[in-house]
Amino acid sequence: MIIDCPHCGARDSSEFFVRGEVTGDRPAAGVAAFADYVYGRANEAGITAEHWHHGAGCRSWLVVTRDTRTHAVVSVVAALGAGR
Amino acid sequence: MTRLVKGGSIDRTKPLSFRFDGREMTGFAGDSLASALLANGVRIVGRSFKYHRPRGIMTDGPDEPNALVTLRTGARAEPNAKAPVVELFEGLEATSQNCWPSPDFDLMAINRLFAPLFVAGFYYKTFMWPAAFWEKVYEPIIRRAAGLGKLSGAADPDSYDRSHGFADVLVVGAGMAGLLAARDAARDGQRVLLVEADHRLGGRLLSENGTDSAAALEIERELAANVQVTILTRTTLFGVYDGNSYGAVERVSDHLATAAPGQPRQRYWKIVAKNAVFATGATERPIAFGGNDRPGVMMASAVQTYVNRYGVAPGRKAAIFAVCDTGYAVAHALVAAGIDVTAIIDGRRGEVMVDTPVRVIRGEVVATHGKSLNAIDIRHFDGTRERIRVDLLGVAGGWNPNIGFASHVGARPSWSDALQTFVPGALPDGMRFVGAAAGAVADDAAERAAPPHIVAGGGKAFVDFQHDVTVDDVRMAEREGYRSVEHLKRYTTLGMATDQGKAGQVLGHAILAQLRDTHIAAVGTIAARPPHVPVAIGALAGLHVGEHLKPVRHTPTHEWASKAGASFVNAGLWKRAQWFTAPGDADWQASATREAKAVRRSVGICDVSTLGKIEIVGRDAGAFLDRLYTNMMSTVPVGKCRYGVMLREDGFVFDDGTVSRLAEDRYVLTTTTANAVAVMRHIEFAAQVLWPEMDVLPCSVTENWAQIAVAGPNSRALLQALLPSLDLSNAALPFMGALVDHWQGAPMRLFRLSFSGELAYEIAVPARLGERLMRELTVIGAAMGVVPYGLEALAILRIEKGHAAGGELNGQVTAHDLGLGRMLSSKKDFIGRVLAGREALTDPQRPALVGLKPVDTAARLTAGALLLAADAPLSPGMDAGHVTSVCVSGVLDQWIGLGLLSRGPERVGEIISAASPLRGTRIDVEVVSPVFFDPQGERLRG
Repeated sequence: MIIDCPHCGARDSSEFFVRGEVTGDRPAAGVAAFADYVYGRANEAGITAEHWHHGAGCRSWLVVTRDTRTHAVVSVVAALGAGR
Repeated sequence: MTRLVKGGSIDRTKPLSFRFDGREMTGFAGDSLASALLANGVRIVGRSFKYHRPRGIMTDGPDEPNALVTLRTGARAEPNAKAPVVELFEGLEATSQNCWPSPDFDLMAINRLFAPLFVAGFYYKTFMWPAAFWEKVYEPIIRRAAGLGKLSGAADPDSYDRSHGFADVLVVGAGMAGLLAARDAARDGQRVLLVEADHRLGGRLLSENGTDSAAALEIERELAANVQVTILTRTTLFGVYDGNSYGAVERVSDHLATAAPGQPRQRYWKIVAKNAVFATGATERPIAFGGNDRPGVMMASAVQTYVNRYGVAPGRKAAIFAVCDTGYAVAHALVAAGIDVTAIIDGRRGEVMVDTPVRVIRGEVVATHGKSLNAIDIRHFDGTRERIRVDLLGVAGGWNPNIGFASHVGARPSWSDALQTFVPGALPDGMRFVGAAAGAVADDAAERAAPPHIVAGGGKAFVDFQHDVTVDDVRMAEREGYRSVEHLKRYTTLGMATDQGKAGQVLGHAILAQLRDTHIAAVGTIAARPPHVPVAIGALAGLHVGEHLKPVRHTPTHEWASKAGASFVNAGLWKRAQWFTAPGDADWQASATREAKAVRRSVGICDVSTLGKIEIVGRDAGAFLDRLYTNMMSTVPVGKCRYGVMLREDGFVFDDGTVSRLAEDRYVLTTTTANAVAVMRHIEFAAQVLWPEMDVLPCSVTENWAQIAVAGPNSRALLQALLPSLDLSNAALPFMGALVDHWQGAPMRLFRLSFSGELAYEIAVPARLGERLMRELTVIGAAMGVVPYGLEALAILRIEKGHAAGGELNGQVTAHDLGLGRMLSSKKDFIGRVLAGREALTDPQRPALVGLKPVDTAARLTAGALLLAADAPLSPGMDAGHVTSVCVSGVLDQWIGLGLLSRGPERVGEIISAASPLRGTRIDVEVVSPVFFDPQGERLRG
């Protein structure tokens, strides 16, 4: 898989660490809200946004949106600019 | 000799000698092993998998199911090499497989008498019970009887390389279709990578023309002159992967007797290309008829190759069994080469219009005779029978486009009624098939189209030749309910041999359709998966073998430690000194005990540079650290250190370490060696994703600083001698104090931290000065009894003090479990705070940290042993925890350990059992406080 890092350009997926699905903003309080944030996954067979870290590159956290059925990457943006 | 007097594109001026089963033979440069064997009159090359039937050369390519040989000898022996794709070289040695003592006279052929045993699903039917017999009786017998070559068992002596290829257009296959595609793309200004498995370009043209094709040579010259074009011959694509990436293997020196010094055997290419053109050609489809596996029965296209390209007569008296027009061209090629063609048996009912001087019989071949073919029986459509004597039968059963690569990326094959074959389904963007791979060559579709042909009646008609799967096996599988192609495959092993069904799979699926009385489109076919051809593991491993498997990280004092007698252990990628062998040490344990005792008695030095070191700089650094750690870090004064615990957001302990404040806006924190990378990533996530509004800059400085622990009662004296101008008194640098100064003109940081429980420091200098610092400490400290200590002594010291490390920080423990519940601040938010408060995570029944001391002071405690009540039986569900770390304590002079025990802290004083089912031991242990030594911590404040 090739990830088009907004800072470094198109790079092989082996340069990245994938954390998992973006599950929304970190809640302020509440066990239920945190449980949903930590464990809740839509696990979509389709377009999914995930947090990827370019550890062997710019060390940016990225939001990679891809189709889990085809692995086609739809978009790659820096998480910092995306506001989450 | 069956070499034709002229013709072929072999170099008759360059004879090559080689050996097959020990017999000296001769071929020419340009021969394949298969063509050279045929030229030497070898008809039987090996025996079949189950029935040990004699088999000869059937094809001219990687679909070859029969002519599998072991190539080379000794450690370089390579089993299952396909003779048609092995290039002949001087001194080549090949041996037949699956037969003993020889392919001509094979004792294992007795298997044929048991043929009824070996039908479809025979594994499941014959070897049903008892289950215990499988491993010890059935499987070894089957493995011995039904082998497909043997590995040498020796280490691979060859080297392998890896390369990366980038292109706008990848063209796979250099037949006319591929050459044209490459030329068009190149003329369009695109960067082209052309890969061809053969050692020359031309594809089928090399077989169809007696000489080189002028048109192909012209394109080849044009491509070679274009700097934008890279041509890789002897390179086989084996897989298509996500993101327009491809895997290929280049056989760099497989065609040479010995590789040149430094030359790899093969090179693995990882290719990325925006677009790909598959000009992979087509494979001729066999016809199912009795005895279709006999040596001398060959695919018509292969006959054409051997005659035209290699100048070899695979027989002297031939017939062609054809169900499409392409068989006629082969008959004419034979006639042109002076080989007698007795008849073309055309199996098509209905009108056939092909102009030919050869006798055409309208009917089917129903049987073959001879150990090596000497006659065929023909059944005319009018019912009459005829036997004709031939020693070569070319089979033209139609064509299967080579579309396997399309299914690598999920494009399912679809049936074309017009072409009577499977073609690629909906393809991803940027991928296309051309030429014969797309089902047609120019406008000859009608000549090539032929439905899969199955002749009724007769003897054993093979579908998968390599795995000895017959029409009857498919019939039986269908009768027994295995009606999907996937079930058929697994039940009969059709398509599971090393050719992966390239030869016979579609024919098998057509038979299934016939039996199910449905259209083959409804039955479908199997999707191919990578690799397209077998790939040597060595090629995939490339240079990453032996000591080069992973990168190695050396600490700044590695050289010094090696000279000082250190044994090293892998800690992640790091090599860490495990112990230092001194004269008189009986074993490693003696070394570790001696080192640990020296730390308690005088002073020890240990390289702790592998601990992760991260600097956090910025206006909000303190507040940021408050959110990362469970305890308060913003209140640490400048010049002070604090121990801290980090949780994951799920509330479990992630890592621990120290945080030191070097300036108002600058902290440096340490992580465990194992978690250094993960903690850095976690911190960057917090800074970039969770709280981007905070002014912090995290930076890993693990590599930049050498850090040496100096521990023991004499540590202050040693450091004072090293740093005479500094005031190291308790008042100036108390326990958990930090100072920044200089050493040898370079920045130096000194922390008063203790992992051992002794008066201790950690001194950090730039990495380049680490070894010098270690040497000076050794020299200055000689008078004070300084001793270098390794990881084992470090473990003894920390176990004696009850400090948690790897064994305890296993990702499943909470701060409460470790007795650190009081470190969870209630005054602020931090990662993991909310979920750490869950009922189950604070349940007092949870296993919690305790010390463990065998009642018998001579007894050995083992890590991983289960903890259970003294009178409890060792059975599932009875364990109340386990032993996490053990050592021989220098101060207690016995084995001690740490463990996680349910309600542990309440049970101090209780005698319980530590049982190791693995070692078969069970001993009584006393539950004690995890702090075995100096519980008040007086020594570290001294």
